[in-house]
Amino acid sequence: MLRQDIKRMLTKNWMDNKKLLSAIMITPAILYILIMVGLPLILAIFYSFSDATTGSSDFKFIGLQNFRDILEDPIFRKSLMNTFIFTFSSQIIVLILSNILAMVLAANYRGKWIVRFLILLPWTAPISLGTIGWLWMLDSIFSPFDWILRYMGLLGTQNALLGNMSNMYWLGEPVYAMASVILVHIWRILPLSTVILMAGLSSIPHDLMEAASIDGAGFFRTFFKIKIPLLIPIMSISLLFGFVFTFTDMTVVYVLTRGGPIHSTQVLSSWAFLKGIEAGDLAHGAAIALFLLPLLACVVILILKLARRTEVT
Amino acid sequence: MAQVEIRNVSKSFGDVKVVDNVNIFIKEGEFLVLLGPSGCGKTTLLRMIAGLEDITSGEIWIGGKVVNNTSPKERNIAMVFQSYALYPHMSVFENIQFPLKNQRMNKEKIREKVEWAAGMFGIEKLLNRKPRQLSGGERQRVAIARAMVRSPNVFLLDEPLSNLDAKLRASAREELQQFQEKVGITTIYVTHDQIEAMGLGDHIAVMSKGKVHQIGTPKEVYNNPADTFVASFMGSPPMNLIEKDDSILGFRPENFVPIDMLNADEGIETLEFFVTWFEDLGSDSLVYGNVKFQSSSSQKHVVSRLQSRANIKIEKGKTYTFAIKRQDLRFFDVKTGYKKNAH
Amino acid sequence: MGKLKKIYSKSFLGLSAFFFILFSTFPFYWMLIATFKRDHDLFSPNNNPFLFNEPATIKHLSELLFNTLFLKYMFNTFWVGTVVVVITLIIAVPAAYCLSRWSGKTGENLGIGIFLTYLVPPTLLFIPLSRIISFFGLHESLGALILIYPTFTIPFCTWLLMGFFKSIPKDIEEQAMIDGCSRLGAMIKIIFPLSISGILTVIVFTFTLTMHEFIYALSFISVSAHKTISVGVPTELVRGDVFRWGPLMAGALIPSIPVAILYTFFLDRFISGFTMGAVK
Repeated sequence: MLRQDIKRMLTKNWMDNKKLLSAIMITPAILYILIMVGLPLILAIFYSFSDATTGSSDFKFIGLQNFRDILEDPIFRKSLMNTFIFTFSSQIIVLILSNILAMVLAANYRGKWIVRFLILLPWTAPISLGTIGWLWMLDSIFSPFDWILRYMGLLGTQNALLGNMSNMYWLGEPVYAMASVILVHIWRILPLSTVILMAGLSSIPHDLMEAASIDGAGFFRTFFKIKIPLLIPIMSISLLFGFVFTFTDMTVVYVLTRGGPIHSTQVLSSWAFLKGIEAGDLAHGAAIALFLLPLLACVVILILKLARRTEVT
Repeated sequence: MAQVEIRNVSKSFGDVKVVDNVNIFIKEGEFLVLLGPSGCGKTTLLRMIAGLEDITSGEIWIGGKVVNNTSPKERNIAMVFQSYALYPHMSVFENIQFPLKNQRMNKEKIREKVEWAAGMFGIEKLLNRKPRQLSGGERQRVAIARAMVRSPNVFLLDEPLSNLDAKLRASAREELQQFQEKVGITTIYVTHDQIEAMGLGDHIAVMSKGKVHQIGTPKEVYNNPADTFVASFMGSPPMNLIEKDDSILGFRPENFVPIDMLNADEGIETLEFFVTWFEDLGSDSLVYGNVKFQSSSSQKHVVSRLQSRANIKIEKGKTYTFAIKRQDLRFFDVKTGYKKNAH
Repeated sequence: MGKLKKIYSKSFLGLSAFFFILFSTFPFYWMLIATFKRDHDLFSPNNNPFLFNEPATIKHLSELLFNTLFLKYMFNTFWVGTVVVVITLIIAVPAAYCLSRWSGKTGENLGIGIFLTYLVPPTLLFIPLSRIISFFGLHESLGALILIYPTFTIPFCTWLLMGFFKSIPKDIEEQAMIDGCSRLGAMIKIIFPLSISGILTVIVFTFTLTMHEFIYALSFISVSAHKTISVGVPTELVRGDVFRWGPLMAGALIPSIPVAILYTFFLDRFISGFTMGAVK
């Protein structure tokens, strides 16, 4: 058997050798991923049990000390909490809005492509640049929202509903700052979620919808009894991706608030960045970032299960 | 042109043996049909001959050389796939010239050859079209023209007619056979359709579950099936098989007729036939029913095919005496299913 | 009655579409008017901020182009994008082709495995990667980004291409082998020409993904002249002595639009990759 294999290898031209060719073709990709993703992942775990810093190259293992440190750190706890708040609240709202938006956009009309392009802008344009637009819109003095509120008499006069100051300081007040971060996350993920849903909607067989309308089902009935159940797998996939992108993102927070005011919008990834990269404390940074891992693992398992299920149908 | 020999060839995918110790000898210029139900290993065998599939054990010889370890391009074979596998991004002309270009033939010669092949199959007018602009029948012609253009040693066809509609299939069959006769290239043709096999092949190799059950001329395979599988696979409806004593009795529906149609002197076997269903197919009628043996109490389901011309009145729910000539009876072993010599 | 209902539902759809478009595009409109507003107009809190209260100007634009490193950022981004595209194609195309032709579930599973590494977030990797980068001596250079970006472009593009290759029937390359090509020859002569649209998609996505990338670029490049657009604009133009809003908005708007147009053009393919075949 083996001898035959070797003989085959030698007698066949290498350009025809299936095993050899596939080995040559797949190895670079796997090596790259192992070295640049697998290895760092292991290193991250490694660092989290050590006292490594950017400054020196030698370090020793200190067990769970880093984790104890960060768990006692109120900023870490705040970040963990914020990460969840930002992710869940934005994703729930995205779920509702994307369903409405997908329906609105599903209709056929002229100039659909331009509407689609405009709706997609927040996802297709680089996020750090889009967020700068928001930064200027949420400016402490020149925010157009404040201008509207003042114009409507809700702000900036004696006895005004929102106070007599001339500005809301959107990014200066902890609650408003959090709301702003959530808003920008919604703004960013909504288009992605919507196009995924639209793709799902268009893959529902047309005769199914016709059958439903022949059976006398009205708009809401078809929507809740046919569309929603058929869309659940795809909705879950879009939700999971939205979840991953929001959960692990730090761009919005970094550009808008840098975690402020006083860490009230700090999230795990931005805190890991500030600690691990800006402050050079690799060990604590790695430990903070590692908290992302178990949740991501759950998400990945869910995605896999869903992918398997949709494959069957 | 070359002869093809398949010697003790087996193929396994993991634990599953899809081709099991097959031996076939195909003479130069012969038209061999590999016939069998889907999943019987016929396509795998063809792909091994083509070099698309490794051979687990055994040897394949083409033109007096072992080709086990040679790549498809070194075997100088042509193949027509079930899907025709036309290159979608190339015009018909480019499709047909592709094998020649790979041989680095000069441009003039290529053009000449492509035009010759196109002329042979009546597709000269289609040369500038893309495959997606062609009908099913035209695609099939292009595929065959592409296969033939470089005069291969062996011509392999994998169910090339199964994507055509019934009417087209009959004329394509005729054309294919005439063409093969003309060029005389050794041809191996895979099909699950016994009508195609009967009509096309010089020889038929009937396969099932990876094994070759019988190799013979269409007549031999039809009249003298080597075992019960071949008997029940060939013919529509197939041979009636009923267990009697220690053997299986086989007879073709067209040989099972009312007793008064036969001459009793020739030696006949009579059976009481209780008719349950009757089908008039125009030229023929099919009569379904049960026969009973003296020796056993159980009833056996059998079919009779009568020519409508014979004009016999048969009603369902009645019992008639039917008979078979002794010489048309076949006997098979109960255990192995192999043919036994007549008593 | 029915007609009235139709008009209602139509105007409801139109109205909600309008609000959604407003929501999506307003920040970009905001960038657009800030780009062309005079500073005095921009910084008068009592002026109507939605309109031009003073004549438009291209001063911000020229400042952005000639007094900042904006063009350098553009060039850096373009350079990184191009090299990453080349690396991604060289690695992902053969891998995807190979996986798509493996029999059984192995190829599919390995493909999903590779795809999922796309979800491993930069925030988890940037700390150890900083070590790997100094190991290679690439600190503060664009080489660092060129080395790292394929970690997310390769998984995604391999997966995307796998779908493309799978849609090409195996028969066709086998036919090519019978017609006198080697296995490698069949791939180059037949399969690649047939997957041009897939390869084009991959080029566009690799490019846009690298333009979008923020976290690695922020972590590993702090020298102004080596920054890319996504980091250079928000860090260099904001965190100066003064907030130069005009040039800043211009700098955010100009790169966004072409990227968005390219991306939108290929989005459907991206989505069908994302949903792992749940949507055709």
